[in-house]
Amino acid sequence: MMEQKLVVDALRSATEGVFSTMLGLEVDSGTPCTDTEDPGPSNGIIGLIGLAGGWVGTVTFCCTASLACRMCSRLLHAEFEQVGEEVLDAVSEMTNMIVGGFKTEAETYLGPLGLSIPTVVYGLNFAARTIGKEQWVVVPFSCGADKFEIKICLSRNRGLPRPTVTTAGHLAVR
Amino acid sequence: MAVDVLIVDDSAAIRKILQRMLGQAGFSLGKVLEAGDGVEALEKMKNETVNLVLSDINMPNMDGIQLLSELKANPEFKHVPVIMITTEGGEAKVMEAVQLGAAGYVRKPFTADQIKEKLSGLF
Repeated sequence: MMEQKLVVDALRSATEGVFSTMLGLEVDSGTPCTDTEDPGPSNGIIGLIGLAGGWVGTVTFCCTASLACRMCSRLLHAEFEQVGEEVLDAVSEMTNMIVGGFKTEAETYLGPLGLSIPTVVYGLNFAARTIGKEQWVVVPFSCGADKFEIKICLSRNRGLPRPTVTTAGHLAVR
Repeated sequence: MAVDVLIVDDSAAIRKILQRMLGQAGFSLGKVLEAGDGVEALEKMKNETVNLVLSDINMPNMDGIQLLSELKANPEFKHVPVIMITTEGGEAKVMEAVQLGAAGYVRKPFTADQIKEKLSGLF
């Protein structure tokens, strides 16, 4: 995993910007942690986007159905009380914008990265699995009474040559 | 002047937001067409006339860069201004779009004022 503080700062900055600009909502970020386990059983909605390039990984945006409805209502200026197509699409696009913002900042020290098309999972008591034993960085956020998490798993793409563009001391390899 | 616009994005939410923001920015909207990817956009362009295209980049089937390239290579469409609206904020992607003939570039997340600024010289 690249230096954790850079990852966390980039995710915080992107998340705060997207919530503020698109929803007019302020978010507070909590203390980040690391986890070697995959995200455990969850209820609610997860938006997932893959990153590929000199570094590869996955970013997930995990929230409750309630927060997803609230985000969609703010985004589309309409009232949404149940999860449907519009709400899932809103979570997908919020995830896309947050990860896009992270990618733009991270590319300055990781080199070019590509993004996958977002995927959204909605359900009760589901579990997600990622192949491998990479470490996840978990960044918790609160938005009023609602809480959500952004999780990232990022590791060097060992099939590619080592990146040559770095800023001093910003890359670390585990 | 009424603006006939084609909004291309795989997110229906973003298409709705852009339509709303064009109104907030003070533009008089005529036809508003929507497409979920580049292929669908080209089909719409064959059947309808528009004087503005707003397009995402990262889309399935045909992305926004390829759509831009196809439009600029077609004498019928090459004069239609295309504004790229995307999460792809890296300098290389911006340069690629500009070199292909994009009239402007707006990075998500965006405000109505940013949309207005990009379009102010066009209409």
